[in-house]
Amino acid sequence: MGIRFILMVNKQGQTRLAQYYEWLTLEERRALEGEIVRKCLARNEQQCSFVEHRNYKIVYRRYASLFFLVGVDNDENELAILEFIHLLVETMDRHFGNVCELDIMFHLEKAHFMLEEMVMNGSVVETSKANILSPIQLMEKAS
Amino acid sequence: MSGPSLMDSLFQRSLEDLIKGLRQQLIGEQAFISKSLEEIRKEIKSTDLSTKSTALLKLSYLSNLHFHDMSFAAFPALEVLSSPRFSHKKIAYQAISLSFHDSTPVLLLITNHLRKDLNSTNEFEVSLSLQCLSRIANVDLARDLTPEVFTLLSSNKLYVRKRAVAVVLRVFEKYPDSVRVCFKRLVENLENSDPQILSAVVGVFAELACKDPRSYLPLAPEFYKILVDSKNNWVSIKVLKIFSKLAPLEPRLAKRVVEPICDLMRNTGAKSLLFECIRTVVTSLCENESAVRLAVGKVREFLVDEDPNLKYLGLQALRIVAEKHLWAVSENKEVVIKSLSNADPNIKIESLRLVMAMVSEHNVSEISRVLVNYALKSDPVFCNEILGSILSTCSRNLYEIIVDFDWYVSLLGEMSRIPHCQMGDEIENQLIDVGLRVKDVRPELVRVARDLLIDPALLGNSFLHGVLSAAAWASGEYVEFSRNPLELVEALLQPRTNLLPPSIRAIYIQSAFKVLVFCLHTCFMRGKNIAPSASLDNMPAGVSASASYESFEDFSVENGADAAVVHDQTCASAPITKESIVNILNLVELALGPLLGSHDVEVQERARNLLGFVDLTKPGILNSSIQEKEDSEGKGVETSKIIKLMHDAFSKELGPVSSSAQGKVSLPDGLVLKENLGDLEMICGDIEPPSSNSFSFGSPYEEEKDGLSFSNLQIKEANEQSNESTSLLAEHRKRHGLYYLPSGKSEIISNDYPPANDPTLQGDINDNTDDLVKLTAESLVPKRKPNHGKPRPVVVKLDEVDEKPVARKQPESRDDSLSGAVRDILFGSEDIPPTSSQSNLSNSSKRKGKEKLHTDPHMESKESAVGDGNSSSRRRKDRSQGKERRHRSPRKKDDKERKDTGQKEKKKGSGRHKSRQRAEEPLKVPAQTPVIPDFLL
Repeated sequence: MGIRFILMVNKQGQTRLAQYYEWLTLEERRALEGEIVRKCLARNEQQCSFVEHRNYKIVYRRYASLFFLVGVDNDENELAILEFIHLLVETMDRHFGNVCELDIMFHLEKAHFMLEEMVMNGSVVETSKANILSPIQLMEKAS
Repeated sequence: MSGPSLMDSLFQRSLEDLIKGLRQQLIGEQAFISKSLEEIRKEIKSTDLSTKSTALLKLSYLSNLHFHDMSFAAFPALEVLSSPRFSHKKIAYQAISLSFHDSTPVLLLITNHLRKDLNSTNEFEVSLSLQCLSRIANVDLARDLTPEVFTLLSSNKLYVRKRAVAVVLRVFEKYPDSVRVCFKRLVENLENSDPQILSAVVGVFAELACKDPRSYLPLAPEFYKILVDSKNNWVSIKVLKIFSKLAPLEPRLAKRVVEPICDLMRNTGAKSLLFECIRTVVTSLCENESAVRLAVGKVREFLVDEDPNLKYLGLQALRIVAEKHLWAVSENKEVVIKSLSNADPNIKIESLRLVMAMVSEHNVSEISRVLVNYALKSDPVFCNEILGSILSTCSRNLYEIIVDFDWYVSLLGEMSRIPHCQMGDEIENQLIDVGLRVKDVRPELVRVARDLLIDPALLGNSFLHGVLSAAAWASGEYVEFSRNPLELVEALLQPRTNLLPPSIRAIYIQSAFKVLVFCLHTCFMRGKNIAPSASLDNMPAGVSASASYESFEDFSVENGADAAVVHDQTCASAPITKESIVNILNLVELALGPLLGSHDVEVQERARNLLGFVDLTKPGILNSSIQEKEDSEGKGVETSKIIKLMHDAFSKELGPVSSSAQGKVSLPDGLVLKENLGDLEMICGDIEPPSSNSFSFGSPYEEEKDGLSFSNLQIKEANEQSNESTSLLAEHRKRHGLYYLPSGKSEIISNDYPPANDPTLQGDINDNTDDLVKLTAESLVPKRKPNHGKPRPVVVKLDEVDEKPVARKQPESRDDSLSGAVRDILFGSEDIPPTSSQSNLSNSSKRKGKEKLHTDPHMESKESAVGDGNSSSRRRKDRSQGKERRHRSPRKKDDKERKDTGQKEKKKGSGRHKSRQRAEEPLKVPAQTPVIPDFLL
């Protein structure tokens, strides 16, 4: 599975984007997000970006007011996931131009599409920004 | 009212309106959402697809971020899906990926939609539907859409093909039979030069190899080529993951990949790739000394880095290395121990685990001492983390690393006094466990227990109640080692015990009973000049009761208060006089009187027992105290009889009992067990031992004259003089021999540590950290010491209970069918049943034997296979096929008698079958058959 879920959460702990690669019920999601957000947001800058949670790991990184949290299997490469988060942010930055929390709020479906271009079935399939963005731009033109 | 009107759709809120609305609600967000949901429910029934899709979009948003159920929209989502407009489809697919799961009722209705879109000429439609399939595929969908996915696997549109490759994983998982159809195309994609395809296909294989690595060994050459050629770090990381699974299965493969991995490690600038290399080396290539050295060197760079992420990962990597190469930890111990005081709790815990990995029987006491000091200074969470790991490390394998149990017991006592300690239950278990198992530790255990019991402050801490109950039990059970039993009675009956929960209070009272009986017995038997009983004889020389025997009358009553005296080894402590006994009896009556009305049955019962005993004996004692030492007729004798009786009842030692001990008791003659319980035998059959009744750990004191002598190393068979026959005993020993320590072991072990402050290492020690660094340095150097320390006492072991469960995990059945299918394809042997990894093994071992004969040509071919990575793969395969033929002929001769030939025919058959299936590429099939490891390795 590799990546199990990707969350974007703001400083107040509100979820701004949630993408799961395994089926969880709404209740499970609510509980999971609550626990994770409590665990990760309490940590400070001097602490490492990896948190063990239940039987998997969470790799997170903060950009401005947004936390990007990725839940991964135990043998996943943490540093690669950090790079993946960075790539995601850069991609969104290129698309939106100086991306901020509001961009993601109002263009949630686009953010989802970018994720879908990058990750399928829990594994990273695309890492080139141009490749990720070109279908999205094409689709935008089409509609 | 029922259907939405035109006005509704005209003035429908868009998603943007919804979000803006949400943002304006400071309070009452919930009300706003439920109002919007109300609207959505209406809009989604609209016949206008635009209205419907907007409603669906809003609903997806609310479901995704605000956890609102959208299962009611399953059917409308399908309706929107059938829209010809792409933008509608997009919304529908997203909603479906988000909300559909295996038990969604309309799931089956989606098959045709998906099929239509998979066959679409618009690559984005295909992509959307593949994406959706990867999220929601169940068995039926996977089965029905396998042909479409198969076609797309060789689509000439890269964008589509990449996604088809990625979706295959889910299809395989859900419907293993699809492997037979798709696997070869998947493998072909491994040789694709396009980085996008490669990255997808390697990702799929990394996941597949995780579940059942052995099936993918034949693909090692392809993976090797990717490892060497890849320029993409993502791909390299995935390939490394594959090799870390494959390498342990095939030593020759491990030798092959070490070099390229080390090269990567030396040359790469990417930390993520470097870390993956390190992890691969330490998990799967740990036999290769030079690679491990290199990896540990890189780990060190991580450890000293300022970045907490690297530090954390470095510690983790070190923990993996530590299992096989402890030197790696000791080389980096300063960093590890410094990390104990890192700001990050995760790093602290990681380094704590590493410190515990360094513990050995030589340094356990020093490391524990320093860690306990750390625990005193730490926050509650980490404090308990430390205590927990000390407890679990020390008790591992029945206290394997503990030599000095006196020290350990006092450490347990010390740990329970740490303010944040919440490990009371574990300490309780270990105190009792050690007391039962290790006879020699009991005097110290009683001393520790006494210290805990007389401290009234501890009673207020509810986390410690478990520890206190263990202490109470120990002081009652092993009271004969106590220097001042009267003090114990007082401690057990002190007023603050009302803070204890009833169950523990009952233990307190029962222990007080035992102690009291012991006091009376000691006093009475002496007072009457009766020859000392066996148990008195048994007491260690330092025990006061015997020591003060002569000067009995000269001592004044002093107990409780003179704790200092009790501590002192040389000084005889408070004696037991008649007055003190009477005082104690009064105290018992005073303390327990109110408990006769207790609501707790246990407490009431025990209190009644004890008071009844006091009632019985008190008159006799008062009587005899008047008459002093004279032998009194009548009552006095009666009292002493009662006391003796009770004493005997309590003096029988309790041994640890195995959970299967009941089964070892043979059926007494004439006892007929109910016949209708006979079927229980089947249930208990697996724990039924061979019939013997000689299993017993009870070791009555009377038969053990010198059990306390420390020089007595050997396990004393306690029941030597009992009426059990010696033949039974011998049988018992034979059968249970493994529960006893081999006599040799305790001779080697010694606790003759070098002093913690070794002058040679005396540097700038100002901190515990340096302390620990130093001592681990010393104790990690393995040394043999002459055996002139205190020998390790005997630890009684039980049978099955203490043994580690030998759990052989069967591979999961689902994986089996998947890997079975994969094997069918790769090994070309269609009738290898899924579980027959054994036949597989023997197969490969046969091959291995073969290779010994052909070492040189293989090396050659391997080199060239790697070298001509750019030349056409066709050529390579031709050669390998030729090789295969060359190999076959000698093998045929060698193993003619075996069924090898039969198997080969099967291979040929399957090969033919496959070439029929994929006629355009006939050479592929033989290339994948089992010869492949040969030309790689």
